[in-house]
Amino acid sequence: MNPRVSQLFAGRALLVLFMVATAVPFLSLFTTALAPQGTTPSGIEWPSHPHWHNFVDAFHAADLAPLLTSSCLIVLGVVPVTLLLAAAAGYGLTVLGFPGSRLVFGLLLAGLTVPIESLITPLYYQIQSLGLLNTRWALILPLIGLFMPFSVFWMRTFFQSLPSEIAEAAFVDGAGPWATFRRVHLPLAKPAVASLAILLFLWTWNQFILSIALIDDPTKRTAAGALGAFQGHYGTNEVLLSAGSLLIMLPTVVVFVVFQRHFVKALLQGAVKG
Amino acid sequence: MTTLSQRTDLSRRRGTTPRRPGGRRRGKAWVGLLFTLPALVPYVLFVLRPLVTSVQYSLYDWNGIGVARFVGLDNYRTVLTSSDELVPLLHAFELIGFFTVIPVVLGLITAALLHGLPDGPLARTARVVLFIPQVIPLVAAALAWSWMYSSNGVLNQILRAVGLGDQSRAWLGDFTWAFPAVGIIGSWVLLGLCTLLLMTGINKIDPALYDAAEVDGAGPVQKFFAVTLPGLRREIGVCVTVTVIAALASFDVVYVTTQGGPGTQTMVPGLEIFQLAFTQRTVGLASANAIVLMVLVLLVVTPLQRLSKGAE
Repeated sequence: MNPRVSQLFAGRALLVLFMVATAVPFLSLFTTALAPQGTTPSGIEWPSHPHWHNFVDAFHAADLAPLLTSSCLIVLGVVPVTLLLAAAAGYGLTVLGFPGSRLVFGLLLAGLTVPIESLITPLYYQIQSLGLLNTRWALILPLIGLFMPFSVFWMRTFFQSLPSEIAEAAFVDGAGPWATFRRVHLPLAKPAVASLAILLFLWTWNQFILSIALIDDPTKRTAAGALGAFQGHYGTNEVLLSAGSLLIMLPTVVVFVVFQRHFVKALLQGAVKG
Repeated sequence: MTTLSQRTDLSRRRGTTPRRPGGRRRGKAWVGLLFTLPALVPYVLFVLRPLVTSVQYSLYDWNGIGVARFVGLDNYRTVLTSSDELVPLLHAFELIGFFTVIPVVLGLITAALLHGLPDGPLARTARVVLFIPQVIPLVAAALAWSWMYSSNGVLNQILRAVGLGDQSRAWLGDFTWAFPAVGIIGSWVLLGLCTLLLMTGINKIDPALYDAAEVDGAGPVQKFFAVTLPGLRREIGVCVTVTVIAALASFDVVYVTTQGGPGTQTMVPGLEIFQLAFTQRTVGLASANAIVLMVLVLLVVTPLQRLSKGAE
């Protein structure tokens, strides 16, 4: 083999190895989820009689129906509002501009690296004083605020990439700033908004710490938060816990596979928020 | 942050940054602010305000219910001197080894080896598979790994299969192994992201640079250091920034797998803050920890940003 070929071979082997390493924990969850309940299966072992019914049992045991509804409600409360506010702000900051817009943007940027753990304590007391503890608002409102720096950043970057002639032409035609936003810039921003929507969906769905700190009732939490509670209840029932974990992951994986193209790009670009 | 600011810089270079249509519409100069204000409201209320409150709390001794007592900087003194509080901070930095060094180094090796490989089915499959850990809730990843590490888990199964059964143990309960075990979960989550980001980046490097290096008689290793590494500076910057933040501010994985144990072997600042605030109800100390963590992230991330931007 010439060195170039062997090099590519090594690279491919490494990549395949990473893929296997990525898959193993899922495989282990999957085979465990199919084992008879009440047994403690070991590692990866295909059960002689796969118990597919475990998934149904886990669905009921984890109260998954209200839980998924709850997660959807939270997503619906967070994502559209954040998208709209961020798109408007991005438009205001770049296309329109105003005295001090750099300062305002700097203020938003400052929030980009603040870890949620640093806000969790005061948020708890703030939400308590609003009387919203244990409601879905306890998650929805802070999440909108927490996602704002990144979302505005994202939209601003997109609007900056548009040639200024577009806005100028609209203004010359007599369109006001609102009409220009609605008729010209928002439609143009569709791809950027779509990618952002996917990221926001994921970050909301997977939100854990706020969920467990601000909401006691697992059926009002996000899916990820509820999984934590599920672990508390069924920690020893490895079979049900595995089935439940897989069910809670499923929507994120489905969204990922469906929007894959959008997704990889968005995630690579949105990586910084992690 | 970096990714986006890069795009900004790109558009600036192309000269497409919109000039403000301002001038002739001076009366409307503030319309832009009106569009921006609605986004600022939730941000100010739920990020800036708690931040300020956090600073305020950190100066008090408060159990969350009774009367708060002003203690000045005592809480900070505790955070920065008491060994109980220093342990999690130290762990946060040690996690960088697992969250940052392992994924970035392995990702670089893969990217370098695969450089020039056309976008075939392997790359496409890799993009799907390697991304899944980024997509699922970290809690689910942590649960899957807890199971892998348990006495009946895959890890021990493998050890037994290769005749190292006497080495098998409940990894997350082991004083020596719990910390690396938690760290490996972070490597697993972030490896795919770094690999893909670096693979994408390497394909953007001008092939002429490699040809030039070859003409100069550079071998594969020299080419890696002379062309690949500088060419990937920006992507490496993004990877390092993301993973370092993930390491310093880790919570989900530790909460689910070990709750900081055994002892304080896997205690991290995020979990420490959570427990101080919600279990021990020492709100002041929790807040001082929170501020220290935030400043730490800023101190580490800011120079990284400079570094990756300095390439331009």
